[in-house]
Amino acid sequence: MSENRPMLQMSGIHKRFPGVHALNDVRFRMFAGEVHALMGENGAGKSTLIKVLTGVYPVDEGSVEWEGRPLHLRSPLEAQQAGISTVYQEINLCPNLSVAENIFIGREPRKFGKISWKAMNRAAEALLAERLNVKLDVTKPLDTYSVAVQQLVAIARALNISARLLILDEPTSSLDRDETNKLFEVMRHLKKQGLAILFVTHFLDQVYEVSDRITILRNGRFVGEYLTDELPRVELVQKMIGKDLELLGGMPKRTAAPGEAKPPYLRASGLGRKGGVEPFDLTIGSGEIVGLAGLLGSGRTETARLLFGADRADQGRLVIEGREIRLDSPRKAIDRGIAFCSENRKTEGIIEDLTVRENIILALQAHRGWFRALSRRRQEEIADEYIRALDIKPPDPEQFIRNLSGGNQQKVILARWLLMNPRLLILDEPTRGIDVGAKAEIQKLVLSLSGEGMAVLFISSELEEVVRVSSRIAVLRDRRHVRHLTGDDIQQTTIMQAIAGG
Amino acid sequence: MSVRWWNKPLFWPLAVFGLLLLLNLIFKPEFFAIRYQNGHLYGSLIDILNFGSPLAIVAIGMTLVIATRGIDLSVGSLVAISGAMACLTISRGDDQHALSLVLTAVLLALLVSIALGLWNGLLVAGAGIQPIIATLILMVAGRGIAQLITSGQIITVTSKPYNFIGAGWLMTLPFSVYLAAAVFLFAAWMTRKTSLGMFIEAIGCNPTASRLAGIRSRSILLAVYMFCALCAGIAGLITSSNVSSADGNNAGLWIELDAILAVVIGGTSLSGGRFSLTGTLAGALLIQTLTTTIYMLGVPPEITLVVKAFVVLAVCLIQSPSFRRSLTRGIPWSPAASGQEVSRHG
Repeated sequence: MSENRPMLQMSGIHKRFPGVHALNDVRFRMFAGEVHALMGENGAGKSTLIKVLTGVYPVDEGSVEWEGRPLHLRSPLEAQQAGISTVYQEINLCPNLSVAENIFIGREPRKFGKISWKAMNRAAEALLAERLNVKLDVTKPLDTYSVAVQQLVAIARALNISARLLILDEPTSSLDRDETNKLFEVMRHLKKQGLAILFVTHFLDQVYEVSDRITILRNGRFVGEYLTDELPRVELVQKMIGKDLELLGGMPKRTAAPGEAKPPYLRASGLGRKGGVEPFDLTIGSGEIVGLAGLLGSGRTETARLLFGADRADQGRLVIEGREIRLDSPRKAIDRGIAFCSENRKTEGIIEDLTVRENIILALQAHRGWFRALSRRRQEEIADEYIRALDIKPPDPEQFIRNLSGGNQQKVILARWLLMNPRLLILDEPTRGIDVGAKAEIQKLVLSLSGEGMAVLFISSELEEVVRVSSRIAVLRDRRHVRHLTGDDIQQTTIMQAIAGG
Repeated sequence: MSVRWWNKPLFWPLAVFGLLLLLNLIFKPEFFAIRYQNGHLYGSLIDILNFGSPLAIVAIGMTLVIATRGIDLSVGSLVAISGAMACLTISRGDDQHALSLVLTAVLLALLVSIALGLWNGLLVAGAGIQPIIATLILMVAGRGIAQLITSGQIITVTSKPYNFIGAGWLMTLPFSVYLAAAVFLFAAWMTRKTSLGMFIEAIGCNPTASRLAGIRSRSILLAVYMFCALCAGIAGLITSSNVSSADGNNAGLWIELDAILAVVIGGTSLSGGRFSLTGTLAGALLIQTLTTTIYMLGVPPEITLVVKAFVVLAVCLIQSPSFRRSLTRGIPWSPAASGQEVSRHG
């Protein structure tokens, strides 16, 4: 690793979108022959930085220096030509073409204008063997291989002759342990060839396993650049989340958890799903707020989806109100009194084409069946009631929901589920991307609901919020439930230590 | 955010409709003539209603399918099957004029249609096949089934009661117009007075969120494909009874394309979600008026399809906001347009 001169030097980078300062005076550099991890929570600016670096977005301000010369990218193609290649999270290859075709698509070796298949297959084999150190039958269609191998093919495709910097965006999110190891081998192999690799992941263990250097972003700002060996895990987590352990020492503790004696509303034992979340035990009592803490991708959402029947568990047992049940659809969960506000408001929550009123009554109407329609007057009463109770703006039930702000859309979805009068309310990042005032309102609402006897599962990336509302907390790391905290242990310090692991 | 008048979904089809009427007013004023004779109304406008009713009925069923993000290509074949089934039953009866025989035939034809709709629905909602492929199967196979039913012949019937469905008159208007109105009112009632319409739109707009909200999308999809097939069956009865015969080869040929056009012209997006039954009705009327106008203006028959294609193209283009924007490029346009592009970065 040559410390003397960075291959890429970005400084003073600004990128603004309407209403968002996505990158605020960010700097970032990379050296040849190193694996550099870019870390940050949701909205930290990781993907914006990558998009700026790959020419998807132009920079508003700041300078990019690439191999000693200033670089002005206007398109992803220019970035590729300059030697910056990217492999995105979702593999964008053609599954029914051969491996060799996928690698050389658009730049097939030609002979007298005809594609020379022999030369292409040979070149593909050589490329995979020399640069990635893997042997494959390159004439077989891509979809005969596992996701991991497809990932490697995507990397091979990105590695044209001039590639000097390889960006891997969440390459391991759909790989199992062995496959990840294979990928790391390949990364180390490429590193030795002098390639710089920018690695984005949510798995802390992997960062420490494979990266040499870490850059941390938070809220669009540069937090720091560290050598991986010199940055303890707890510090990394603190810097990502933005809290200092010393300052957090004396947070007020919540009173003892209520309802310990009663049988819990829900008890999961050994519940798990391959590729989602490893088997976990969890109980939630009526009137209790259980928090799920962990970094993005740590298995929080996957846990919630199992409890709501959105994904089917492939092992373990789930007991609701004393009776064992197999949840294989959200309908079943709803019938048992469970409600789930997804973190993906746009894709899993709102129905853009419908009005606020229709979005609010949707789940209740689905529960009643299509024929027992709520009268228009009743619908309007309900909509008005919740618009007032949750202070939804604008207070117009006939407005299309797509015209509302994120926070107000969130409140509409919340109204949809509160209307069901659920026994267990699962909230996945209910306060993400909404303003401080609305945040406090939602937290207050959650507390008062649990006071009325509702069980709540509260998922949030903001530790402060989880600590404030939860009476018990399960901490997740790398798709495992690693610790359960109760009573005096509910503090941001202990959570962070559990998240960081070690 | 107020909707500008030219962005209202019904505006453009009605505008073109008005333009067609104006064209007729200038060149063929007799287009508007309505005569009263033997207790019946006659005239081009009545003809449009009469001949347009099978299309309108098929298009209404198609609207609901398209609103779920689907499409039904098999309606033309279903028109043929339904007519063939009814005519076969009647032709085998002892007394073709017996009302009970005609009712049995009608019932049988509609039941077969619904069963075939169930087949379509099972392929789409059960087996998860893309609607365009799933219904293509019946589109192709259905013609064969219709010909099997008629043994490759044109079955002719003499039944008076059967002929009434497609050629009878009731209170001065053709009976088929009442059928179309009934189907329209039934569909409107089912979708707007029950929650079916909302569920259909939810499924079409966002299937994932609908599932998480607990909507039974499978049974709703089944119902929608069955209703669409029922509509095609009714249209098939009208078509075959109008000429008192069943032609497995040609009955309802290409009606699926006209129906899809009527739906799109009526402002329902092929990508599902919000639908407008009134819009579809306007679209079907527009298409039928266009066909009639072309004949009335004496356009040579060999180029009628080309003329029709151009008018339809014009309607579709003018409904596209980005096309209208490109027409008026340079003029400062509504901020909504630039707002859309911005939100993509979010």
